[in-house]
Amino acid sequence: MSMPTAIPQPVEREDYLNTKYGVWSWLLTTDHKRIALLYLLSITFFFFIGGFFALLIRLELLTPAGDLVQADTYNKLFTMHGMVMVFFFLIPSIPATLGNFLVPLMIGAKDLAFPRINLLSWYLYIIAGVMMLHCMLTGGVDTGWTFYAPFSTNFTNTKIVEAGLAIFVVGFSSILTGLNFVVTIHRMRAPGMTWSRLPLFIWAHYATSIIQLLGTPVVAVTIVLVAAERALHLGIFDPRLGGDPLLFQHLFWFYSHPAVYIMILPSMGVVTEIIACFSRKRIFGYSFVAFSSIAIAVFGFLVWAHHMFVAGMSVYAALVFSLLSYAVAIPSAIKVFNWTATLYKGSIRYDAPMLYAFGFLGLFTIGGLTGLFLAALGIDVHVTDTYFVVAHFHYIMVGGAVMGYLGGMHFWWPKISGKLYPEGWARLAALIVFIGFNLTFFPQFVLGYMGMPRRYYDYSHMPEFQILNVLSTAGATVLGVGYLLPMVYFLWSMRYGKPASDNPWNAAGLEWKTASPPPTFNFDEEPVVTWEAYNYEELDAPHSQEVPVAR
Amino acid sequence: MSAHSSASATSPLKGYFAVWIALLVGTGLTVYAATLDLAPYNAAIALAIATIKATLVALFFMHVWHAGEKLIKVVVIAALFFLVLLLGLTMTDYAARPWS
Amino acid sequence: MPDSSSATGLHTEEHNPALLHHFADPEQQRDAASLGMWVFLGTEIMFFGGLFCAYLVYRRWYFGDFAAASGTISMAYGATNTAVLICSSLTVVLAVWAAQTARRTLLITSLILTMLLGLVFLGIKGIEYREKFTEHHVPGASFRFDQAIPGHPGQYANPRHAQIFFSLYFVMTGLHALHMIIGLGIFLWLLTMAWKGRFTPEWHTPVEMGGLYWHFVDIVWIYLFPLLYLIDRHP
Repeated sequence: MSMPTAIPQPVEREDYLNTKYGVWSWLLTTDHKRIALLYLLSITFFFFIGGFFALLIRLELLTPAGDLVQADTYNKLFTMHGMVMVFFFLIPSIPATLGNFLVPLMIGAKDLAFPRINLLSWYLYIIAGVMMLHCMLTGGVDTGWTFYAPFSTNFTNTKIVEAGLAIFVVGFSSILTGLNFVVTIHRMRAPGMTWSRLPLFIWAHYATSIIQLLGTPVVAVTIVLVAAERALHLGIFDPRLGGDPLLFQHLFWFYSHPAVYIMILPSMGVVTEIIACFSRKRIFGYSFVAFSSIAIAVFGFLVWAHHMFVAGMSVYAALVFSLLSYAVAIPSAIKVFNWTATLYKGSIRYDAPMLYAFGFLGLFTIGGLTGLFLAALGIDVHVTDTYFVVAHFHYIMVGGAVMGYLGGMHFWWPKISGKLYPEGWARLAALIVFIGFNLTFFPQFVLGYMGMPRRYYDYSHMPEFQILNVLSTAGATVLGVGYLLPMVYFLWSMRYGKPASDNPWNAAGLEWKTASPPPTFNFDEEPVVTWEAYNYEELDAPHSQEVPVAR
Repeated sequence: MSAHSSASATSPLKGYFAVWIALLVGTGLTVYAATLDLAPYNAAIALAIATIKATLVALFFMHVWHAGEKLIKVVVIAALFFLVLLLGLTMTDYAARPWS
Repeated sequence: MPDSSSATGLHTEEHNPALLHHFADPEQQRDAASLGMWVFLGTEIMFFGGLFCAYLVYRRWYFGDFAAASGTISMAYGATNTAVLICSSLTVVLAVWAAQTARRTLLITSLILTMLLGLVFLGIKGIEYREKFTEHHVPGASFRFDQAIPGHPGQYANPRHAQIFFSLYFVMTGLHALHMIIGLGIFLWLLTMAWKGRFTPEWHTPVEMGGLYWHFVDIVWIYLFPLLYLIDRHP
């Protein structure tokens, strides 16, 4: 009797995606790569929520009259837009997705130092997200994302304590991510991976983590004080009881200014990697770029009161903070110069990641320079709390951070998913994002300079502002299309995209020396690093002697 | 780590008890100094003694003194540095307001 | 300590159940845990730091009122609590040493003593809070304060400013007490593990890490005591 012989099936290589199936294998994972994807889904969801609020804001501002929503509702719209975008999208975006995925790979480790704390960090994010959603659905908050006292502590009727608690929890998530990165980068580098061989992406995330660790606890305790004041009528920020509202602002901005560096530093790290790869050159001035990341982290803690120049603080202190705010621009400028020098005489390729990096270079520079306008006391008196400020920070956060995020998603997509995204569509999307972004936010510089205040739902006493607002809203629609496209084709590529090789970009970096997607424990054999970072000359040499890595 | 301590098995204990006594003496000293009229130095003295106590706890009870690498010391100093920044720069506002 | 140079010793280390898979060796795991705990304590410094900042601002503004308010909390209780915590730091250090030198009885005794001292601390704090409650010094609708500013017999303290002192007092000591309670939970867990004999001279990292946390909570109190209790105590 003969048994039919089984046809030998090709053995599917084990990677982190197919190693185990089922919801629980994802919800209880401690694999940093899976956790990164969990975060990717979550922050994309909140990006939609924040974007939805932005859409409503821009719809209201199409006409000078406040005719779409009521004033209180509008207050809630811009508050929720800000809170969701800052705390649930921008701050976690690159560190929790690309950072979580890439930090161990780039340093040659099997995982982060504390994988279970990494998972806890995601669960804290989700818990906070659910709390925030519930808060929004049951009335929301109307104080602005800055929830200044004494309005937030004494006068508003909205759900401050609940929103504050949500931010407290998501702040803890952020602290744990930062803690994990710092310990991992110190303790888990592969043999030969010295500090000066680390990719600048790692330096950027190290600096970001320092800010997360030192700044977030201060805003956390401030939230505790606000909640206590609201619930127990303590009077710490209440002028009627001898409190100082400015103390709240000091404590709030001590975190929230460095928070903007949490949002931009990882993006700068991404841009550094992309520019090096698509110029086929090592980064010009490696040490300068590395130390400028640390400098940004440190200096960023010295400038917070520039948000308070007109709030009633001492003019002499304001002078000090103004000077320091000029100083904090210097390390960022150093980076821009080094990127430019890297591009010079490079063999530039215009793939989608590079298009986003170029967009970052231009838009971040504009955003940064307008920050200097705001740092000048005389100008700030004129443009503070106008759309000039709104345009400034959106140039940095959207033109800078989000561009970097999208560029990074494209650059590392083959590594994350094992598939190639469609390059033509990606370049088109990058162009649409760039055009849409500028159409949305450039008019806002003009609006602010002309005097249109921010957080106003009705500008019917200044109807001449309408045309610029209409342009801005039109731009927002284009921008929205630009954001939707990558979501569509990334998903498409997971099913129908061409399989990616280990290193489709022929890029430098340990993450490209393992399979796409990587196996669960990242490397089949612990790598031993004997080369400097960004060794593009070696990679592009005609008969490159790449260090063989056992598969 | 264990080899290190087994080589000096009894001396950590003496050190620990010495620090313990020093901490209790410091507490007593703080209380005593508070009852003396040393204004405007009362606060400074109390905080100085507190800092000495905290340093003793950190160095000897938390083993920072014997830490092999400098990293732990850098972490502590960095956190304290940023705390000083928070307190100091905030006070530039409050100290320089010409109005009360 | 087992002979790590022998094949048996290496064999034991490789199969140490406490060694997690992503670490190369127990030293790396221990160094990671230690750095992690210290970094976390750094974040706690900033967490309490925000409150110290608020305290500094208002103490400078309302020194007399703060001094009057500080005069109404018991220096004796505060000093006793300081001594209690100092003793508990000693028992913690003894616990760590006991774990390092495989002295199970001393380890368990020290852990229990630490927790008892922690409970004494919380008990005394409870008594103090009760006193404040009966004196109407708890901030809120029923707050009353009619004390003179020390050194200025005819001049009464501004009750609104005194209320700020007590707001800070309750938030700062309350947050500290919360950290104590969490510490007690951590030490209960350590006690359970110690009872089961899980700690060896080769691996007792949780005891060390728990100890670091406890010492930090002690250090916070070392600063809270003079700042809250001893503002202007001289006659």
